[in-house]
Formats: sequence, C-alpha cells, structure tokens
Amino acid sequence: MITKRIIPCLDIKNGRVVKGVNFKGVQDVEDPVELAKRYNDEGADELVFYDIAASVEGRGLFTDVLKKVASQIFIPLTVGGAINTLDDFDRVLKAGADKVSVNSGAIKNPSLVAQAAQKYGNQCVVLSMDVARVNGEYHIFTKGGREDTGIEALSWATLGEKNGAGEIVLNSIDTDGVKDGFDIEMLTSFSNAVSLPIIASGGAGKMEDFTELFKLEKVDAGLAASIFHFGEVNITALKQYLKQNGVLMRL
Amino acid sequence: MISIVDYGVGNLFSLSSSLAKLGIENKITGEAADFEAATHIILPGVGAFGDAMAKLEATGLVPCLKAKAANGKPLLGICLGMQLLFEESLEYGSHKGLGLIKGSVCPLENDLRAAGFGYKVPHMGWNALHIVNPESPLMKNSKDGDYMYFVHSFYAKNCENALVATAEYGVTVPATVSNGSVYGCQFHPEKSGARGLEILKAFADL
Repeated sequence: MITKRIIPCLDIKNGRVVKGVNFKGVQDVEDPVELAKRYNDEGADELVFYDIAASVEGRGLFTDVLKKVASQIFIPLTVGGAINTLDDFDRVLKAGADKVSVNSGAIKNPSLVAQAAQKYGNQCVVLSMDVARVNGEYHIFTKGGREDTGIEALSWATLGEKNGAGEIVLNSIDTDGVKDGFDIEMLTSFSNAVSLPIIASGGAGKMEDFTELFKLEKVDAGLAASIFHFGEVNITALKQYLKQNGVLMRL
Repeated sequence: MISIVDYGVGNLFSLSSSLAKLGIENKITGEAADFEAATHIILPGVGAFGDAMAKLEATGLVPCLKAKAANGKPLLGICLGMQLLFEESLEYGSHKGLGLIKGSVCPLENDLRAAGFGYKVPHMGWNALHIVNPESPLMKNSKDGDYMYFVHSFYAKNCENALVATAEYGVTVPATVSNGSVYGCQFHPEKSGARGLEILKAFADL
C-alpha cells in the first residue's frame, strides 16, 4: 500500500527561501538548493516550491532555482505560485516540476484546471485552496488569505475534481500559523466531499499533530513549512515517530 | 553511453539529470545513429498509450529499437515506456504495443472495484517493492520493501513469466518486468530517491 507523505513547502522570493531558516550548524540555509537537499536527505516524500515573486525578474530566478533543484533532487517536485495559464504549466514543467499547483489562477480562469488536466494528465494538476469559515460556510480566499471570494469551498473542490484535478491541497486559514494542529473538522468535511487525495496544510506545530491528521483515512499527506525550516520538527524523527504509531511511512 | 528515446512525450530532464548524477553519460535523442552507438537505451513516457505509441511510430525509430532489443542491447522502459513494451493496451480502445514482452496493459480501476477495493486511481505515491525474481541483475542493488514512486492508472497483466518485482495496491501491480535484455519499471526510478537511483545504476551496469 502507498504510504502517507510528509511534504515540506519552500516559499521562494528572488531566488531565496523566505521566512528565514534557522538550522543549527548549517550555513546559508536560505539557499533553496541547500534546503531541498537537506529535506531530501531527511526523507521528505515530496517537495513543494512556491513562487511568491512579484516581478518578471523574480520569476526568472525562480525558474533557475527549480532547474538547479531538479538536477540534484530525485523525488517528486510540485510547483505553485503564479500559475495562471497553460504557458505557466509549460514553463515550470520544462524546468523540472512533476506536478503543478493552481490556486488563484483557477479562480481567474475557470477552465484552467480542465485544460491542464487534458494536456498534462490529472496526476499533474494539483488544486490548491485557501479556505476559512465564514458564517458557518467554508469560503475560498485569495491574496494570501486577505480576500474572501465568496466561493463556497466544498463545491469548489468537487468542481475541481470533476474538471480533472489529481490532488487537492487544503490550506486552512483558520489554523494556519496557530501551530495547534491541523484543521481536522475542515479536512473531514472535504474528505467526505471528494475522493481525490488530500494534502493537509496549516496548523502543524508538533509531531502529534500528524498522528491526529493521519487518522483521517482520505488524507494522503501533511504539508508544512516553518516547523521544518526552524528545526522544530525534524522530518526523519517525525517519520520514525509516525511509523511507531502505526502510520505507513517510507523510511 | 545511454540513449534516451525522445519522441515528444513527457519531461526527460529528471531522468537525464539522475543519470548524470550517477556519472553515467547520456543523451536525449531521436536519431537512429545514437541508438546504434549507445550501450543502453531508455524508453521513457507519460500520458496516454495510444497517443504515445503513435508518436513513437512517427519517429520511425520502432524498427531500430526492436532490432537493438533483439540483438541483446539493454532496453529499459519507464512508466508508460514500460507499458509500450507489451503486446497491447486496453487504454481508451485497443492499441498494439512493441510486443517485446508478453502481456497486456489494462485499467486498474475495473480490477480494483471487482476485487472490492475503493482505492484511488491513479495509483500515486510511494509503494514497496516485493522482489519475485531476486536473480534479476536489475535488482542487484535493491531489496524487498524498497519504496518507489508510482503514478499510473493502467497496469500490466498476464505477464507472469516476465515478473521481477511487484507492488500491492489491492491488486498485484507488476512493478518491474524483464524479458532477456528488455526491462521495464512501472514506477519512476528517477523520482524514487536514493533507492530508485540504485535501479538506474544496476541497469547501466548491465
């Protein structure tokens, strides 16, 4: 059977990892290649690179970073951020991405997911969504969680599945940064609504949070950034811990 | 030198980089002369079988690849490239393959449901190898339980004699197959971390 996956996420701006990184004894860890290598060596099952550059120049640097990582790291790479057209898919796939994550691009262009799934296959298209509770409903947000689109998120997810998305990244704005565990309630609602693999994001603070997460059968992966970047949770230790707790892990 | 068949499907960057990382000279090419000169050939592939087979036919390389395989030059098909090695595929209709390994390619979904499993299709993620032919030189650096990265919705059937390793996903999925000097991996060794690179290394050592 396939294992549950642990996925570190690297936000890249102007060729560097942002949010700062703070490992003991490791120099220059804002270098995405160095950090990717470290996570690869620790046993990460996949890496996500998020392009948060606002400029064309930043975009070029991101593509260069991706190429460098893809030439040295041999696990699946998912790329997101600023994916608005099929040309954007093409650009990152040619630079070494295996999967492409679409977020606000799918809101701006409702046919993007279907077009990309047809051209590159469902497995290549990851629908990423930032979700928060609004008056007892789940809503899709954009602009880094600042803007409520008013789109009801469960229908958005089922539409994405129908259009051919291969996976869903569900980032709970309500638990993001709180470090008190993943949004189990929200994840349960979504895993009942779609049959796609769900990658949970937002809220991981400690190892136990992942044990709770993987009690949800339909959640395939846990994604996190700062707890890995700041060394609060070590990926090797986390995977060993999960295995001891009965979660199928690649070690 | 390993020649990687370029027939316009998929991204060959990781495959080429992983061979380079192992210090193995390689070339992505569609020129018949490069397959004459090569010591080994890799047939990659992603996408749909019918479309990929048509593109491969269009390159005019099929007779050359078949001749090289018949002469014992090591050939490795990866993912859809492995599926193309079989006699036929039932992916969206019926399509003839290269016929270098006995067996057919069938939809995973039907057999999973028939077996009573609700597992997701595609079979995507890390799954463990069960080595059924430990004598295979392709497995010389591998062991039971090595995790490999799979992404596929169709799988090989009726290929018992060719089985080298399998993976369990409700049904038994042929993970590695061989017939003489022709080899196939359903998973992506170039995306399967250090254990995957060992398989590429073993292939290069053939």
